[in-house]
Order: sequence, then C-alpha cells, then structure tokens
Amino acid sequence: MNAEDSLYNPQQARIIGKRKLTDDTKLFELELENGDRLNQDPGQFVELSIPGVGEAPISVTSSPTRGLPSFELCVRAVGNVTNALHERSIGSTVGIRGPYGEGFPTEELQGHDLLFIAGGLGIAPLRSLINYVLDKRDKYNDVNILYGCKRPCEQMFEDEVNHWARRQDIYHEATVDFCPDNVCWDGNIGVITQLIPGVDIDLENTYAVVCGPPVMYKFVLEELDKKELPHEHIYLSLERRMKCGLGKCGHCQINGAEEVLYACQDGPVFNYDRVKGFEEAV
Amino acid sequence: MKAINKSDFSKFVDDLIENDEREVVGVQSKSNEFAFDPLRSAEDLRLDYDVTILPPKKYFMPQRETLVEYNLDEGNTTPVNQVVPRIIMGIHPYDLVAIEQMDKVFEDTHEDPHYLEKRRQSVLVGVNMNSVSDWSFAHTMGTATTDTGYDLMLTDIGDRYAVEVGSSKGSNLLEKAGNAVEDITPEGIKKVKKFKEELPKKFRKDPQFDPFELPSMLKNYYGKDEFWEEHAEDCLSCGTCNLVCPTCYCFDVQDVNDLSLEEGERLRTWDGCMLEAFAEVAGDENFREEKAGRYRHRYMRKGRYMYNRFGDIACVGCGRCSEQCLPDIADPVEVFNDMKEGTS
Repeated sequence: MNAEDSLYNPQQARIIGKRKLTDDTKLFELELENGDRLNQDPGQFVELSIPGVGEAPISVTSSPTRGLPSFELCVRAVGNVTNALHERSIGSTVGIRGPYGEGFPTEELQGHDLLFIAGGLGIAPLRSLINYVLDKRDKYNDVNILYGCKRPCEQMFEDEVNHWARRQDIYHEATVDFCPDNVCWDGNIGVITQLIPGVDIDLENTYAVVCGPPVMYKFVLEELDKKELPHEHIYLSLERRMKCGLGKCGHCQINGAEEVLYACQDGPVFNYDRVKGFEEAV
Repeated sequence: MKAINKSDFSKFVDDLIENDEREVVGVQSKSNEFAFDPLRSAEDLRLDYDVTILPPKKYFMPQRETLVEYNLDEGNTTPVNQVVPRIIMGIHPYDLVAIEQMDKVFEDTHEDPHYLEKRRQSVLVGVNMNSVSDWSFAHTMGTATTDTGYDLMLTDIGDRYAVEVGSSKGSNLLEKAGNAVEDITPEGIKKVKKFKEELPKKFRKDPQFDPFELPSMLKNYYGKDEFWEEHAEDCLSCGTCNLVCPTCYCFDVQDVNDLSLEEGERLRTWDGCMLEAFAEVAGDENFREEKAGRYRHRYMRKGRYMYNRFGDIACVGCGRCSEQCLPDIADPVEVFNDMKEGTS
C-alpha cells in the first residue's frame, strides 16, 4: 500500500523545541520531516501519534502567519498520548496527520472588533487566531482579550500575555479563580464571566471567539446574551474525542433533535447560532 | 434471469472452494445459530437460514484490522491494507442494503481504502429469505427484497435456484458454473414472483409505523427525556446492539505492541456508541455520560441522522439487536411502536 493512499498513516514530525508552560503543560515546536509546511488555518487540529501509545487530537496553537516552517502544539499531560509526548525529548519524532477541521473564519472576522475569551487551556487554539490577527493587525479593528485561569501559576505564554498587556491597541484583562496568599498577582480574581461586562462592545461590529473548559461556555454565553451580542457573531471552539479526524469513527458527534455535527469536520470551530439548538453542544 | 439445479449449484460451490483463488465464505450452522464462516464444503452452506449472529460487515470492516505497522525504536510507520479477496455466499437482502449504506459512509468525506478495497475485491452472492427470524421486520423497512447491492441473487424455487445477475462481477462468477446455468423457465419466473409475494406473511413482528415516519417522529421525541430514560432504564451499556448491527460502523484506533516490544500495529477495532466511554476525552470529561443519552443517540443515528446525511434509514430490520440484547430493551419495533402510539 502506498503511504499516500492511507488515510491513517501519519507523517513524521521532529520535535525541535520543547518548553514548560505550567506544571502539566508544555509547548512543543515541530517540523515535518519531509520539509513541507503544515499549512494549517487558525483553529484547526492535528492527530498526534506516538507509536506504541496511540493517537490524540491536538489543536495547533501557532499561527500560519509567523513564516516559520514549524508549528506549535500546546499540550497538557492528561492522557496516555499526551503524557508520552511530554517524555519525548528534542530531536525525537512523532506522527502527525492533518491539519483537520474547520478553523476560525478569518475572512469573516476582518474589519470587525474581536473579543477573545479564553479559559485555561482554551488559550491554545485561540492563540493561533490571536497571533494571526496581530500579524495582520490593520485588517482587524479593536482587539479585546480576556484570559482566565484557575491560579496564576496556570497562566501560559507569559511573554505574549505581557506583550498584549503593553500594547495600546489591545484591551487585555486576565483573571484567576483563586490566588494563594504568597503569590503576587496584579490581575483580577474571580471567574472569567466577571470580565465581560467591562468590555466595550459595539453590537453591530463585534465578534466573540470563545474557547475553554466545557463548563465555561454556558456562563460565558449567558453574559454575552446580557450584552445582546448577536449569536451569529459568536464562534466557539469545542473539544471532542476526534479519534479519526476524518468524519468516520463517530466519537466526536454532537447531537441534536434536527441533526448531528461532527466536531472533526463541521468544527471544531462552530458558529454559536449554528450549534445552539444542539443539546450536546454547550 | 437464470436458473441452476441445486446439485449443480453445490458442485459449483465445491469447485470454487477447491479452485478459486479467493476465499469462499458462506452461512453455516453454529450450535443453534448461523454464522458467516469460510466454507470447506458446499454441504455446510445453509441457504435456508433465518439470520446470522453477525452481519457480513465483518468482511469489509473486520473486528480488528491493521491500519499501520510501526517500529518502536525508529518510530517509523508503514501503512497496511489487509485485503483478502472473497466470495461471500448467502447474504440476505437486508444485509445487502446495509452494505450499500456502509459503502456511502466510507466513500464520503475521505475515501477509506481499508474498507473500499475489501469491498471491491469481494463478490456478494445474495439469497432471498427462506426463513425469517422471529425478530425481523425487514418487510416493514423495505429490505426484505432488493434489486441492487448484489453481484448474484439466488431464490430457492424447489429443485433449483433462480439466479439474478446484478453486476459483471456476478456474471463472471456465474460463468464458472458453465453449462449448469440455464435460462429460467416461465414457470420458474412465476415461482420467484410467488416467493416474493408470500414473503411478507412469514414475518411475525407487528410494526405499527412506516419507515418514512421515523425521521420526523425521532425529531419530535428527541427532547422527551422521560421516554428515553424509561426505555434505557435496564440498559447494561454493553454495546452488543452496536456490534451485531449491520449499519453500525463506529470504530476505535489503538496501538498494540508485539511481544518483542520492537514493533507493533495500529489497529482499527469495532466500537459502540452505547459504551460508557464512547464520548469521553482525557481528563474524564464525558460528553454523553447518561445511558439514556447514549440510547437516544443510537436511535437518532438509525432513524434520522443517517437519513439526513445519506437519505437512508439506517435500520434494515434484521432484528439482531432485539434478539441479542440481554435485558431485552433494544427492539426497534417496540421503541418505534411506542413512539407511534404516543404520536397518534
């Protein structure tokens, strides 16, 4: 069987960078062995595999605009594959299939104000779009970034977050659910929804882009409803068990009374107006 | 339409077993049940069976199949497609319809060579149903007979099988029977017609619904949580209904190392949406953790979602799920009848 005929045979990718972001999360920089670029859209994901361990879907956190042949994955060690990846050193190889799925609608967002709402690891897929937008800054209007974590030690991409905070053309607020007494934290304390009222939203012109843990969506969407942001102006990146990435294995289905969506084909980025009728979506 | 004397047909099958390069499989008795298995002799072929334990999907989507082989030291991977060309004897019409549906799944979005190549290299010899399982409601689902999906289709007309040719693969196979194949007589054609006309009387289930009502009934019942909780109350989440279903195709992919710990295989294995961990992700989040939600999902798939995607009702009425469900809660006839009763 020819390698190109198989849907399931991964390309080899070499780890060329590895950096600790938090106690359980690392940033990996990878390069495809054949020299090709990944050519991902912001918000797309890859199937990462480690022979003998298995395969798992991971969103690409780097923006294609950075001009590098490499791409980055921000990975929390929570399962077999992700734990094994954390053990891999620079220079070793892993398998990559993809990129797969529908990413963020970068063209539709052009010329609009953007409100990014990231909870915890949700920053990983959003970062691909944030950096994309910052690299094409003149094509987008106001940029607002709200980023919430459980604790200060869980905030990732510190350099970039500081950079957002310094830039005059970005409104940025960070919050933590809880800050231990002995930790210095000059951001907000409380859940991320508390930051939403403070954002100046032009209803006609603002798009919200949301990614976080499953529990977060409902509350964020309630807050955005209070602001009366039209549902067509809200994009969500949803995590599911995207086992094959090809719309076949069935694991990532999001069901509703009308129809079923495949997170790996129809998503992982969904327009809220499209998915709000799906009971399993948020 | 052609015809072949039954004893000549047996010789034809024995000749294929002996001389054809392809593996010849067919329905055989297995304890008190029937199963598709490799044939050693035409004597073992039971074309009078009611239903097999597993549908023939196992020949195109095996319970375990290797997608990729890998070397653990070097980390390199090699794609594998394990194709065994086969002649499959004795497929009932409802299973042929199910295979046609599954073809669409594996052709859609990305063509899956592992499934499709096995399909291309198989010859499907169908047989019209001589006996009908107590649980079958294929006549209601419109799958008790079929005009498509087979390469050859047999009908038992007494001392002969009537043979309909459905494809060039089928006619090539039939050529191997040589002079034993004759043109069917007008009387033979009448027998086939009569056979099909009398078939509905052999079904003992009593469905009160029309298959074309299912997509809209299911849409209306989606939000009726009590209905699903009640029907799923005794569900063991064992996934048997998924495994025996001819239209279920969900799968998992797992790496299995060989004992040397030098090499291994990435395997595709059957999975089932009724199993508790089906929609679970790392970190213990489960997007369908209630059994009522999983039970509903399975029915929505069969009666609505696949219809939306491909225009097919993905229940062919074989009755396998009903027959093999341990707590006896999987019978689609009961569920759809209850819906119909609640609707009218």
